[in-house]
Amino acid sequence: MTNNTNHSNVDLAYRRRKSAEEMKHHVISFALMIFLTIIAFIAVGYGDFSPYLVVPFILLLAVVQVILQLYYFMHMNQKGHEAPKLFLFTGVLIAAVTVLCYSTIIWW
Amino acid sequence: MHVEEKLTAETFPAEPEKATLEGKNKFIGFWLFLGGETVLFASLFATYLALNKSHASGPSSQELFELPLAFIMTMILLASSLTSVYSMYHMKNFNFKKMQLWIGLTVLLGASFLALEIYEFNHYVHLGHTITGSAFGSAFYLLVGTHGAHVLFGLCWAIALMVRNSKRGLDLYNAPKYYVFSLYWHFIDVVWVFIFTVVYLMGMVG
Repeated sequence: MTNNTNHSNVDLAYRRRKSAEEMKHHVISFALMIFLTIIAFIAVGYGDFSPYLVVPFILLLAVVQVILQLYYFMHMNQKGHEAPKLFLFTGVLIAAVTVLCYSTIIWW
Repeated sequence: MHVEEKLTAETFPAEPEKATLEGKNKFIGFWLFLGGETVLFASLFATYLALNKSHASGPSSQELFELPLAFIMTMILLASSLTSVYSMYHMKNFNFKKMQLWIGLTVLLGASFLALEIYEFNHYVHLGHTITGSAFGSAFYLLVGTHGAHVLFGLCWAIALMVRNSKRGLDLYNAPKYYVFSLYWHFIDVVWVFIFTVVYLMGMVG
Protein backbone atom coordinates (compact mmCIF):
# COMPACT_ATOMS: atom_id res chain seq x y z
CA MET A 1 0.00 0.00 0.00
CA THR A 2 2.75 2.46 0.96
CA ASN A 3 4.58 1.42 -2.16
CA ASN A 4 1.49 2.15 -4.20
CA THR A 5 1.01 5.65 -2.71
CA ASN A 6 4.65 6.38 -3.28
CA HIS A 7 4.21 5.35 -6.86
CA SER A 8 1.27 7.66 -7.49
CA ASN A 9 3.11 10.52 -5.77
CA VAL A 10 6.02 10.13 -8.14
CA ASP A 11 3.58 9.93 -11.02
CA LEU A 12 1.82 13.09 -9.81
CA ALA A 13 5.09 14.99 -9.43
CA TYR A 14 6.05 13.95 -12.96
CA ARG A 15 2.72 15.07 -14.39
CA ARG A 16 2.85 18.40 -12.54
CA ARG A 17 6.30 19.04 -13.97
CA LYS A 18 5.13 18.07 -17.44
CA SER A 19 2.16 20.42 -17.39
CA ALA A 20 4.34 23.22 -15.97
CA GLU A 21 6.69 22.65 -18.89
CA GLU A 22 3.75 22.77 -21.31
CA MET A 23 2.51 25.98 -19.70
CA LYS A 24 5.93 27.52 -20.27
CA HIS A 25 5.58 26.75 -24.00
CA HIS A 26 2.16 28.38 -23.95
CA VAL A 27 3.51 31.55 -22.39
CA ILE A 28 6.33 31.66 -24.96
CA SER A 29 3.88 31.25 -27.84
CA PHE A 30 1.67 33.95 -26.29
CA ALA A 31 4.67 36.34 -26.20
CA LEU A 32 5.33 35.50 -29.88
CA MET A 33 1.70 36.20 -30.81
CA ILE A 34 1.83 39.60 -29.09
CA PHE A 35 5.10 40.35 -30.88
CA LEU A 36 3.69 39.36 -34.31
CA THR A 37 0.58 41.48 -33.71
CA ILE A 38 2.64 44.54 -32.78
CA ILE A 39 4.85 44.09 -35.87
CA ALA A 40 1.76 43.89 -38.10
CA PHE A 41 0.23 47.06 -36.61
CA ILE A 42 3.53 48.94 -36.86
CA ALA A 43 4.02 47.86 -40.49
CA VAL A 44 0.62 49.35 -41.37
CA GLY A 45 0.50 52.31 -38.99
CA TYR A 46 4.07 53.62 -39.15
CA GLY A 47 5.79 51.85 -42.04
CA ASP A 48 5.83 53.63 -45.38
CA PHE A 49 5.75 50.60 -47.66
CA SER A 50 3.87 49.81 -50.84
CA PRO A 51 0.58 47.90 -50.31
CA TYR A 52 1.92 45.11 -52.51
CA LEU A 53 4.61 44.51 -49.91
CA VAL A 54 2.64 45.12 -46.70
CA VAL A 55 -0.44 43.00 -47.50
CA PRO A 56 1.39 39.69 -48.10
CA PHE A 57 3.61 40.45 -45.10
CA ILE A 58 0.77 40.95 -42.60
CA LEU A 59 -1.08 37.94 -44.05
CA LEU A 60 2.01 35.84 -43.42
CA LEU A 61 2.21 37.12 -39.83
CA ALA A 62 -1.47 36.21 -39.35
CA VAL A 63 -0.89 32.68 -40.66
CA VAL A 64 2.08 32.16 -38.32
CA GLN A 65 0.04 33.43 -35.39
CA VAL A 66 -2.87 31.13 -36.22
CA ILE A 67 -0.52 28.14 -36.45
CA LEU A 68 0.75 28.98 -32.95
CA GLN A 69 -2.85 29.17 -31.68
CA LEU A 70 -3.84 25.86 -33.27
CA TYR A 71 -0.74 23.84 -32.42
CA TYR A 72 0.00 25.19 -28.93
CA PHE A 73 -3.14 26.73 -27.45
CA MET A 74 -5.50 24.19 -29.04
CA HIS A 75 -3.03 21.30 -28.46
CA MET A 76 -2.85 20.11 -32.08
CA ASN A 77 0.84 19.34 -31.45
CA GLN A 78 -0.20 16.54 -29.06
CA LYS A 79 -0.92 12.92 -29.92
CA GLY A 80 -4.43 11.81 -30.83
CA HIS A 81 -5.29 14.82 -32.97
CA GLU A 82 -5.56 13.06 -36.34
CA ALA A 83 -9.33 13.54 -36.66
CA PRO A 84 -9.17 17.24 -35.63
CA LYS A 85 -6.49 17.81 -38.26
CA LEU A 86 -8.62 16.12 -40.92
CA PHE A 87 -11.67 18.24 -40.03
CA LEU A 88 -9.81 21.51 -39.68
CA PHE A 89 -7.67 21.21 -42.79
CA THR A 90 -10.70 20.19 -44.86
CA GLY A 91 -12.34 23.38 -43.58
CA VAL A 92 -9.23 25.40 -44.43
CA LEU A 93 -9.12 23.91 -47.94
CA ILE A 94 -12.75 24.84 -48.61
CA ALA A 95 -12.06 28.28 -47.10
CA ALA A 96 -9.11 28.86 -49.44
CA VAL A 97 -11.12 27.85 -52.53
CA THR A 98 -14.07 30.05 -51.46
CA VAL A 99 -11.89 33.10 -50.88
CA LEU A 100 -9.98 32.55 -54.12
CA CYS A 101 -13.21 32.14 -56.06
CA TYR A 102 -14.94 35.21 -54.62
CA SER A 103 -11.94 37.48 -54.95
CA THR A 104 -11.32 36.57 -58.60
CA ILE A 105 -14.51 35.77 -60.52
CA ILE A 106 -16.86 38.35 -58.99
CA TRP A 107 -15.48 41.35 -60.86
CA TRP A 108 -14.61 39.56 -64.08
CA MET B 1 -13.78 5.19 -14.34
CA HIS B 2 -17.26 6.39 -13.52
CA VAL B 3 -18.03 9.91 -14.76
CA GLU B 4 -19.22 11.32 -11.45
CA GLU B 5 -16.70 9.51 -9.28
CA LYS B 6 -15.07 11.77 -6.68
CA LEU B 7 -11.44 11.99 -7.72
CA THR B 8 -8.28 13.25 -6.08
CA ALA B 9 -5.22 14.84 -7.65
CA GLU B 10 -3.60 11.37 -7.62
CA THR B 11 -6.46 9.51 -9.30
CA PHE B 12 -7.35 12.28 -11.78
CA PRO B 13 -6.31 11.09 -15.28
CA ALA B 14 -3.66 12.93 -17.31
CA GLU B 15 -6.12 13.64 -20.14
CA PRO B 16 -9.40 14.17 -18.27
CA GLU B 17 -11.12 15.51 -21.41
CA LYS B 18 -10.71 12.15 -23.15
CA ALA B 19 -10.97 9.75 -20.20
CA THR B 20 -14.63 8.85 -20.83
CA LEU B 21 -16.48 7.83 -23.98
CA GLU B 22 -18.65 10.94 -23.69
CA GLY B 23 -15.51 13.08 -23.48
CA LYS B 24 -14.02 11.41 -26.55
CA ASN B 25 -17.25 11.97 -28.50
CA LYS B 26 -17.36 15.62 -27.46
CA PHE B 27 -13.77 16.08 -28.55
CA ILE B 28 -14.32 14.61 -32.04
CA GLY B 29 -17.70 16.26 -32.50
CA PHE B 30 -16.43 19.64 -31.47
CA TRP B 31 -13.54 19.58 -33.91
CA LEU B 32 -15.98 18.63 -36.68
CA PHE B 33 -18.03 21.67 -35.66
CA LEU B 34 -14.91 23.87 -35.81
CA GLY B 35 -14.25 22.62 -39.36
CA GLY B 36 -17.79 23.74 -40.24
CA GLU B 37 -17.25 27.10 -38.53
CA THR B 38 -14.14 27.58 -40.67
CA VAL B 39 -16.30 27.24 -43.78
CA LEU B 40 -18.92 29.63 -42.37
CA PHE B 41 -16.34 32.33 -41.70
CA ALA B 42 -14.65 31.64 -45.05
CA SER B 43 -17.86 32.55 -46.89
CA LEU B 44 -18.15 35.77 -44.87
CA PHE B 45 -14.50 36.70 -45.45
CA ALA B 46 -14.81 35.94 -49.16
CA THR B 47 -17.91 38.17 -49.40
CA TYR B 48 -16.12 40.94 -47.55
CA LEU B 49 -13.06 40.72 -49.79
CA ALA B 50 -15.25 40.90 -52.88
CA LEU B 51 -17.28 43.90 -51.69
CA ASN B 52 -15.04 45.99 -49.43
CA LYS B 53 -14.40 48.68 -52.05
CA SER B 54 -18.12 49.18 -52.81
CA HIS B 55 -18.87 51.78 -50.13
CA ALA B 56 -21.38 53.79 -52.24
CA SER B 57 -21.91 57.23 -50.68
CA GLY B 58 -20.80 56.11 -47.20
CA PRO B 59 -17.27 56.42 -45.78
CA SER B 60 -14.54 54.13 -47.12
CA SER B 61 -12.52 51.79 -44.93
CA GLN B 62 -9.58 54.25 -44.81
CA GLU B 63 -11.83 57.05 -43.55
CA LEU B 64 -13.51 54.77 -41.02
CA PHE B 65 -11.03 52.54 -39.24
CA GLU B 66 -8.76 53.64 -36.41
CA LEU B 67 -5.77 51.48 -35.56
CA PRO B 68 -5.62 52.16 -31.77
CA LEU B 69 -9.11 50.74 -31.15
CA ALA B 70 -8.46 47.64 -33.29
CA PHE B 71 -5.13 47.19 -31.50
CA ILE B 72 -6.67 47.36 -28.01
CA MET B 73 -9.43 44.92 -28.99
CA THR B 74 -6.84 42.52 -30.42
CA MET B 75 -4.74 42.65 -27.25
CA ILE B 76 -7.78 42.04 -25.04
CA LEU B 77 -8.87 39.01 -27.05
CA LEU B 78 -5.32 37.61 -27.19
CA ALA B 79 -5.01 38.00 -23.41
CA SER B 80 -8.33 36.19 -22.94
CA SER B 81 -6.93 33.32 -25.00
CA LEU B 82 -4.01 33.07 -22.56
CA THR B 83 -6.30 33.15 -19.51
CA SER B 84 -8.30 30.22 -20.90
CA VAL B 85 -5.02 28.32 -21.43
CA TYR B 86 -4.23 28.96 -17.75
CA SER B 87 -7.64 27.61 -16.85
CA MET B 88 -6.89 24.35 -18.70
CA TYR B 89 -3.50 24.19 -16.96
CA HIS B 90 -5.25 24.25 -13.58
CA MET B 91 -7.77 21.68 -14.79
CA LYS B 92 -4.94 19.24 -15.58
CA ASN B 93 -3.55 19.87 -12.09
CA PHE B 94 -6.98 19.20 -10.56
CA ASN B 95 -7.28 22.69 -9.08
CA PHE B 96 -10.96 23.50 -9.49
CA LYS B 97 -10.94 26.93 -7.77
CA LYS B 98 -8.12 28.31 -9.91
CA MET B 99 -9.70 26.85 -13.04
CA GLN B 100 -12.94 28.71 -12.26
CA LEU B 101 -10.99 31.88 -11.47
CA TRP B 102 -9.18 31.91 -14.82
CA ILE B 103 -12.40 31.14 -16.71
CA GLY B 104 -13.88 34.11 -14.85
CA LEU B 105 -11.02 36.33 -16.04
CA THR B 106 -11.61 35.07 -19.59
CA VAL B 107 -15.26 36.12 -19.29
CA LEU B 108 -14.28 39.60 -18.05
CA LEU B 109 -11.85 40.11 -20.93
CA GLY B 110 -14.39 38.79 -23.43
CA ALA B 111 -17.03 41.15 -22.04
CA SER B 112 -14.71 44.17 -22.36
CA PHE B 113 -13.94 43.15 -25.94
CA LEU B 114 -17.66 43.01 -26.68
CA ALA B 115 -18.25 46.40 -25.03
CA LEU B 116 -15.58 47.96 -27.26
CA GLU B 117 -17.13 46.35 -30.32
CA ILE B 118 -20.56 47.75 -29.46
CA TYR B 119 -19.00 51.20 -28.98
CA GLU B 120 -17.24 50.82 -32.34
CA PHE B 121 -20.39 49.82 -34.25
CA ASN B 122 -22.33 52.67 -32.66
CA HIS B 123 -19.58 55.10 -33.63
CA TYR B 124 -19.59 53.86 -37.25
CA VAL B 125 -23.35 54.14 -37.55
CA HIS B 126 -23.07 57.80 -36.53
CA LEU B 127 -20.48 58.29 -39.26
CA GLY B 128 -22.97 57.00 -41.87
CA HIS B 129 -21.58 53.45 -42.13
CA THR B 130 -24.67 51.25 -41.78
CA ILE B 131 -25.59 47.68 -42.69
CA THR B 132 -28.10 48.86 -45.31
CA GLY B 133 -25.97 51.76 -46.59
CA SER B 134 -23.67 49.92 -48.97
CA ALA B 135 -22.33 46.50 -49.97
CA PHE B 136 -19.23 47.29 -47.90
CA GLY B 137 -21.46 48.03 -44.88
CA SER B 138 -23.43 44.79 -45.24
CA ALA B 139 -20.32 42.66 -45.66
CA PHE B 140 -18.51 44.39 -42.78
CA TYR B 141 -21.31 44.14 -40.21
CA LEU B 142 -22.11 40.58 -41.20
CA LEU B 143 -18.50 39.38 -40.85
CA VAL B 144 -17.50 41.30 -37.70
CA GLY B 145 -21.00 40.94 -36.23
CA THR B 146 -21.01 37.15 -36.66
CA HIS B 147 -17.71 37.07 -34.81
CA GLY B 148 -19.17 39.31 -32.09
CA ALA B 149 -22.18 37.01 -31.80
CA HIS B 150 -19.78 34.10 -31.29
CA VAL B 151 -18.08 36.04 -28.49
CA LEU B 152 -21.45 36.72 -26.87
CA PHE B 153 -22.42 33.06 -27.13
CA GLY B 154 -19.06 32.07 -25.62
CA LEU B 155 -19.62 34.42 -22.68
CA CYS B 156 -23.05 32.92 -21.96
CA TRP B 157 -21.58 29.43 -22.29
CA ALA B 158 -18.70 30.13 -19.87
CA ILE B 159 -20.98 31.75 -17.30
CA ALA B 160 -23.39 28.79 -17.51
CA LEU B 161 -20.48 26.37 -16.97
CA MET B 162 -19.14 28.33 -13.99
CA VAL B 163 -22.52 28.68 -12.27
CA ARG B 164 -23.73 25.17 -12.95
CA ASN B 165 -20.54 23.48 -11.72
CA SER B 166 -19.71 25.85 -8.85
CA LYS B 167 -20.79 23.32 -6.19
CA ARG B 168 -20.02 20.15 -8.09
CA GLY B 169 -16.25 20.48 -8.25
CA LEU B 170 -14.11 18.98 -10.98
CA ASP B 171 -14.87 15.46 -12.23
CA LEU B 172 -14.82 13.55 -15.48
CA TYR B 173 -18.37 14.66 -16.22
CA ASN B 174 -17.54 18.35 -16.53
CA ALA B 175 -13.82 18.31 -17.46
CA PRO B 176 -14.61 17.71 -21.20
CA LYS B 177 -17.16 20.55 -21.08
CA TYR B 178 -14.55 23.04 -19.88
CA TYR B 179 -12.01 21.70 -22.36
CA VAL B 180 -14.38 22.10 -25.32
CA PHE B 181 -15.19 25.64 -24.20
CA SER B 182 -11.50 26.52 -24.21
CA LEU B 183 -11.19 25.14 -27.78
CA TYR B 184 -14.15 27.30 -28.81
CA TRP B 185 -12.59 30.37 -27.23
CA HIS B 186 -9.26 29.86 -29.00
CA PHE B 187 -11.10 29.38 -32.28
CA ILE B 188 -12.81 32.77 -31.78
CA ASP B 189 -9.35 34.25 -31.35
CA VAL B 190 -8.13 32.53 -34.54
CA VAL B 191 -11.00 34.14 -36.46
CA TRP B 192 -10.21 37.53 -34.92
CA VAL B 193 -6.57 37.28 -36.04
CA PHE B 194 -7.84 37.16 -39.62
CA ILE B 195 -10.40 39.90 -38.99
CA PHE B 196 -7.86 42.37 -37.64
CA THR B 197 -5.48 41.52 -40.50
CA VAL B 198 -7.94 41.36 -43.41
CA VAL B 199 -10.53 43.93 -42.32
CA TYR B 200 -8.68 46.52 -40.25
CA LEU B 201 -5.04 46.41 -41.35
CA MET B 202 -5.72 45.73 -45.04
CA GLY B 203 -8.55 48.28 -44.88
CA MET B 204 -6.07 50.92 -43.71
CA VAL B 205 -3.55 50.01 -46.41
CA GLY B 206 -6.23 50.24 -49.10
